[in-house]
Amino acid sequence: MILDDFMVRATLAGIGVALAAAPLGSFVVWRRMAYFGDATAHAAILGVALSLALEMSVFPGAMAVALVMALTVSALSGRGYAMDTLLGVLAHSALAFGLVAVSFLSGIRIDLMAYLFGDILAVSQGDLAVIWGGAALVVALIGWRWSALLTATLNEELAHASGIDPRREQLVLTLALAITVAVAIKVVGALLIAALLIIPAAAARPLARTPEGMALTAAGIGAASALVGLRAAYVFDTPAGPSIVCVAALCFVATSLVAGLRRGRQA
Amino acid sequence: MTLLTVENLHVRYGATEVLRDVALTVEKGEIVTIVGPNGSGKTTLLRAIVGSVRPASGRITRAPDLVPGYVPQRLHVDPTLPITVERFLRLPGGASRATIAAALARAGVPDLGPRQLADLSGGQTQRVLLARALVAKPTLLLLDEPTAGLDQPGSAAFYRLIDEVRRETGCAVLMISHELHVVMAASDRVICLNGHVCCHGTPEHVSTAPEYRALFGTGTGGALALYRHDHDHSHGPGDPHGHGHSHSHDHGHSHGHDHKATEAAE
Repeated sequence: MILDDFMVRATLAGIGVALAAAPLGSFVVWRRMAYFGDATAHAAILGVALSLALEMSVFPGAMAVALVMALTVSALSGRGYAMDTLLGVLAHSALAFGLVAVSFLSGIRIDLMAYLFGDILAVSQGDLAVIWGGAALVVALIGWRWSALLTATLNEELAHASGIDPRREQLVLTLALAITVAVAIKVVGALLIAALLIIPAAAARPLARTPEGMALTAAGIGAASALVGLRAAYVFDTPAGPSIVCVAALCFVATSLVAGLRRGRQA
Repeated sequence: MTLLTVENLHVRYGATEVLRDVALTVEKGEIVTIVGPNGSGKTTLLRAIVGSVRPASGRITRAPDLVPGYVPQRLHVDPTLPITVERFLRLPGGASRATIAAALARAGVPDLGPRQLADLSGGQTQRVLLARALVAKPTLLLLDEPTAGLDQPGSAAFYRLIDEVRRETGCAVLMISHELHVVMAASDRVICLNGHVCCHGTPEHVSTAPEYRALFGTGTGGALALYRHDHDHSHGPGDPHGHGHSHSHDHGHSHGHDHKATEAAE
């Protein structure tokens, strides 16, 4: 069967994550939640450690801790704390506690690098089902709330006047973020999840005239980065997750240059 | 017929009571303006009516046929968010192309549909926000200092536009304004707010009320007379003399006095 090939499974896993990350990443960029994504992803390492200690599957553990972190940050963000400091404290202490917790697990031999930077070439058929299931859930969730999310992102009072509760929409994004982090941890690892959220969306910005256009373009750039990145990793024998992020970053440079040239010609 | 009734409204932010025992009504088709110094709770009151601020106590009753159209003070569009004016007007309800075109035309910006929202000037943004409020065919327009970022001719044109919309559609208008001379000329009723309702009534009544004069000084009475004078001579707002006087927005000063000072400088 074609899924028996590890490269095929890796490519499909990368594309699945890219498709979920594109619409979510667009909102992360529009709402300036980049650090929020980082904090959630770093917390997932703690979830991984807890899952291994309890000898259960990594996905629900990572998802639960990511969700708790995302909800905590979300709840605190409305209360006038200095957000960047608070996120810095939460994100890095969650990561540190996670790493320390992993070191206590003497019985099991864990390749920590696999969770920090991903291990996309080791994706099993079961993992693939979880990744595509999670990605479908995220896309469905955001697609369902799309107009309401967009209105709440533009202006909270306008959202209220249209009968939309911005806090509920924030909760939808928070949930989508936790799911994405949990499914992406195997593909790019906790340290690079935010990159997969933000870079394709940012690279799509100069090419888009509508929010939908930006999300679709980001999905295309993300999927292409997964394809090209994996191929490059195979050819040059480089780590797979970081190679995918490198390709996305090159796309960002290319579209930014195009936008810069276009602006230069207009001026 | 009463569209909106607010009774015994109290709003707190933490330990601070921003609004206490506020009551007001808006009747069908009338223009009611809220004036008050900075920090007097004007925006909070409008937000409580829109539903984005939860009152500590009190009651807000909406008539069954009340359709709100809200125009915020300003709209900050993050430059990373690409969205055309037309798409913005279709949020979130999905209005038809014809409705959107009509709303843009009514707001005096028929050609802005395909433009990017983030690229608009302050005056264009205010008109687009008004157009968006009109899409829902509102029976009550709620405006939070809609001309805060506009220059004098721009804001005069905007108030004229609102008056036209009111006359055409018969909608009521509840707005916050800093521009006292416009308020006094264009409103059916004025509510003077400073944490509570200091005084309310017709512009003539409010501008002579001692509570109002304590907040804004006596000069505003002069500003009213001045405006009426301009009006009698039918100066258009585009006319350099018509609305050429400046406003410091400092309510400790009298506007009449300001006016003389600028005129002397000219």
